[in-house]
Amino acid sequence: MTQPLIDASVLDELSEAMGQDFAAELIATFLNEGPVMLAQLKEAATAEDADAYRRAAHSIKSNAQIFGATALANQARDMELGTLEDAELAVGSLETTYDQTAQALKVALDA
Amino acid sequence: MRDAKGHLLIVDDNKVNRLLMCRSVEILGHRASTAENGKVAMQMLSEQSFDMMLLDIEMPEMDGFEVLEALKADSNLRDLPVIVTSSVEGLDNIVRCIELGAEDYIPKPVNKTLLNARVSSSLEKKRLYDEQKDLLRRFATDEVAQDLREQGFAIGGRRISATVLFCDIRDFTALSEDMAPEDTIDLLNTYYTLMFEAVTSHGGIVSLMVGDGLMALFGAPQPLDNSAQCAVSAAQEMQSMVAGLNEERAALEQPELKIGVGIATGEVVAGYAGTDARATYTCIGKTVNLAARLEAHTKVVDHAILIDHATWTQMSDHQACQPVSSVQFKGFSETLNVFGL
Repeated sequence: MTQPLIDASVLDELSEAMGQDFAAELIATFLNEGPVMLAQLKEAATAEDADAYRRAAHSIKSNAQIFGATALANQARDMELGTLEDAELAVGSLETTYDQTAQALKVALDA
Repeated sequence: MRDAKGHLLIVDDNKVNRLLMCRSVEILGHRASTAENGKVAMQMLSEQSFDMMLLDIEMPEMDGFEVLEALKADSNLRDLPVIVTSSVEGLDNIVRCIELGAEDYIPKPVNKTLLNARVSSSLEKKRLYDEQKDLLRRFATDEVAQDLREQGFAIGGRRISATVLFCDIRDFTALSEDMAPEDTIDLLNTYYTLMFEAVTSHGGIVSLMVGDGLMALFGAPQPLDNSAQCAVSAAQEMQSMVAGLNEERAALEQPELKIGVGIATGEVVAGYAGTDARATYTCIGKTVNLAARLEAHTKVVDHAILIDHATWTQMSDHQACQPVSSVQFKGFSETLNVFGL
C-alpha cells in the first residue's frame, strides 16, 4: 500500500489561509528542523528512552500533518503509539520517507 | 464589545507549530508571544499578564498537564482561559485536559475558523470575568472578594471572633444643613476615602456605610492575629487623618469635623446576609451592638475613641487608655467596663 507523499489540497489550503510567503517560510523551517527531530528520534531509540522516542515521533507527526505529508505523518503516528521494539527498523524507514517528503516539499516550494 | 483583540501566550515545543500558531492568531488580529515549554510559559506568566493561552500537551521540561495543574493551584492564574491545541492521541488525554480546567480543545492541525471561534469566545469569557472581578472589588473590598473567589457565595454565616468598629461624624446632619448638596457629597467622599484607607491599611473591611456612619470589621472574613489592636490602630489613624483634614478646613474657614469611634471585640456571626439576588457581607451579634453603643457613648463622655474590655485586654499598650466610669447600655444586662483613648 503506497500512501501519497503529499496531499496537495492540504498544502494549497495552507498557502491560501496563511499566505504563500508564510507557507514557504514554514516549509523551510520544517526542512531545517526535520533532521534535528530525526536525530532526536534516533538518539531516543538508541538510548531506549521511550518517552523521548514518543515525543520525537509526535513532533514529526504533528508537523507532517500541517503540510499534508500523509505517508510521513502516518508512519510517525504508528511509532508514537508503538513501542521501542523494532525502533531501529522503523527509524530507518521513517528517514527514507522523510527524505522523499523533503524532496517533494522542495519541489512544491519551487513550483 | 465584540471581537475584542487579546494578547495570547502560545506554548509549544515545536518551532513549526509555534510559527504557525503565531501567524494564525496574528491574522485574526491578536498579539502573540511564545514559549517553548511549560516552564518558560510559567515564568512569562509571572512577569506579564496575558488574556489567554494556547497550550500544547507533549513538551519536555514541563508538559501541558503540569501547566494546567500549576495554573489551577495559583489563585492569580486560575482564571486564565486555556485552549489546548494538540495532536495528542487518545480521548482520555483530552478529557484529562478539560478536567484540569482547560477551556477547550482544538486538534492539530488547527482549523482556522474553529480557532477564531474558540479564541473569541474565550476572550469574551475572560473579559466578562475581569469585569465581574472589578465590580466585586468596587462593591465588596478585596478581602470579601477574595473570600468569594475562594469559598464561593452562600447565604449563611459562621461564628467567629472579630473586632467591630463604628465611626461617625458628630452632628453631621446639622453641619450639612448649611452646605450645598454637592459640597456635602464632596465632603463625604473625602471622609470615606480617608476612613477606608485607615480601615484597609490595618487589615479591616468596611462592611456598612450609612450617611456619615460606617461599620468596619477586623478579623473577618480573613482572620487577623490581633484584630483588637488592628482596630485600635485604625481608629487612631482615623483621628489623625481627620486632624489633617481639619487643618485644611481651618485654612478655608470651614468648621471643624469631629468623629467618634466605638470598638468592641468578641464573637460575631459573620457571613453573607440578604437574598441570593442581593446580599452583603456583614456581621451581627452582641459585639456589633456594643460597638454601636460605644460609638454613641463617645458624645456623652467626650472621648474620641471608646473601647470595650475585651478589646482593651488584647491591646499591646495600655498606657494610652484610661478607664471611663462603667456603663449600663440599653440591651445589656450587666454594667460594662469602658476605656477611652
